[in-house]
Amino acid sequence: MNSRVVAAEDSRLASAMLSIENLSAWYAESRVLHGMSFDVREGEVLTLIGRNGAGKTTTLRSIMGVVRKRTGSIRLGAEELIGKRTYEIARKGIAYCPEERAIFASLSVRENLLLPPVLRSGGMSNEGLFKAFPNLQARAASQGTKLSGGEQQMLAIARILRTGSRLLLLDEPSEGLAPVVVKEIGELILRLKQQGFTIVLVEQNLRFAKKVADRHVVVENGKVADVLTAADLESGMDRVQSYLGV
Amino acid sequence: MFENITSQLLFGQILLGLINGSFYAMLSMGLAIIFGLMNVVNFAHGAQYMLGAFVAWLLLTFLGVPYWGALVIAPIAVALLGMLMERLLLRRLQNLDHLYGLLATYAVSLIVEGLIRQRYGSTGIPYDNPMPGGMNLGFMFLPYYRVWVVVFSLVTCIGTWLLIEHTKLGAYLRAANENPNIVEAFGINVPKMVTLTYGFGVGLAALSGVLAAPIYQVSPSMGSNVMIVVFAVVVIGGMGSIVGAMATGYMLGIVEGLTKVLYPEAASVVIFLFMIVALFMRPSGIFSGRSEGAR
Repeated sequence: MNSRVVAAEDSRLASAMLSIENLSAWYAESRVLHGMSFDVREGEVLTLIGRNGAGKTTTLRSIMGVVRKRTGSIRLGAEELIGKRTYEIARKGIAYCPEERAIFASLSVRENLLLPPVLRSGGMSNEGLFKAFPNLQARAASQGTKLSGGEQQMLAIARILRTGSRLLLLDEPSEGLAPVVVKEIGELILRLKQQGFTIVLVEQNLRFAKKVADRHVVVENGKVADVLTAADLESGMDRVQSYLGV
Repeated sequence: MFENITSQLLFGQILLGLINGSFYAMLSMGLAIIFGLMNVVNFAHGAQYMLGAFVAWLLLTFLGVPYWGALVIAPIAVALLGMLMERLLLRRLQNLDHLYGLLATYAVSLIVEGLIRQRYGSTGIPYDNPMPGGMNLGFMFLPYYRVWVVVFSLVTCIGTWLLIEHTKLGAYLRAANENPNIVEAFGINVPKMVTLTYGFGVGLAALSGVLAAPIYQVSPSMGSNVMIVVFAVVVIGGMGSIVGAMATGYMLGIVEGLTKVLYPEAASVVIFLFMIVALFMRPSGIFSGRSEGAR
């Protein structure tokens, strides 16, 4: 084992914020995850990449406990989350932004933004949020679902920033958005990283993933097929393309 | 055919319609709140309404607690029973088809009605009017207690509506109606919220029961009688629509009252005619349009 690998191994043990080991998950009787194992380090942006149906979204939903039937281990720091209910997991400091964005139609933009309760200190203040997302302030009184797709995505991310959670799970924030909006979302993610948030991102858009992430977990058939650093991704695009089958 | 209608009769029936409407509105609102969050058609609602009236009568008869005390104590007591029922029974059914919740709550209502009938018989028991008297308006006589019922139910309905539409608590409830998983992922204890919401809906039913005790007689079947109409109201207003339940409740109460004056033979069917027409024209209810097809 060369020294570089040892050093990497040490830092893995030292700073794993979230450790997932041998995670399996089921929807009713059908098994979707088959023993996923990976770590998320404090302060990094990690993407889960892979084909449609590989199990990326299910992985996030399993971490959050939205998928209830799951085995293996999900540890946040020293704490085991398997078996806990969704609200208990959220209160440990994990925030989740689902693929469908889940903006509530019966709530105004302001109500949507202020809905998640403050769970711990260190979250963004209401003024801070409106300052960071001026569009949302301008449309605070409109119905949540009257916003454009990009604005809805911003709202969906913005509202989990006030809870004080430091680990964010974002499911395909770039999906279905115009390039200029995707760029804005990318900038937002980098800004959040600078502020010390740890982010797990599900992405199909490889160019987007490349711009924002430190490491990439390749998911295939409910398992981790490979873990690549940003540099690996740069040099080994062919390998990645073969994983994604594009 | 209308020449014999005196103003006394007309306004008397409108008032009676408004009274019935008050109960329809409060009961269907509770049903709508419960259905919105839990997807359960609460067939025990009528039994819970009846229990409210019975607890008020028991409090008065055995403990000497007057009407005003019962108005507070009975709804809380029945709501607690409801929350127990949610924890022990309904929670186990939450991932199954709607039909299971409907059947289970129907079973509970039959059991509760049967037990009360067994113990206290099926004849109605009178409950003394706590506000006797009234005023003569010239064109009609207006009993004080009936005014109280209409005003109190309006305040309760509007209060509940404000709570749901304009408070943070209401925002949680509306959001959880649409997507309980995400609300829970924000760190909100949704299971507890479901228990409390069911308790609130049941408490509204029991509160209506206490209000009804001095007007109608307290009897085991008082709930099932009114619920047939209330289910029609909920269908017309749109299942799960709070405003729809409220507005339709008052409206149909008055329509029913007016029919009694204009064409008494149709009075007992007019609400169901409305239901048929409404179902033909807007199958999801005349006040629906929000969060339809969200699940």
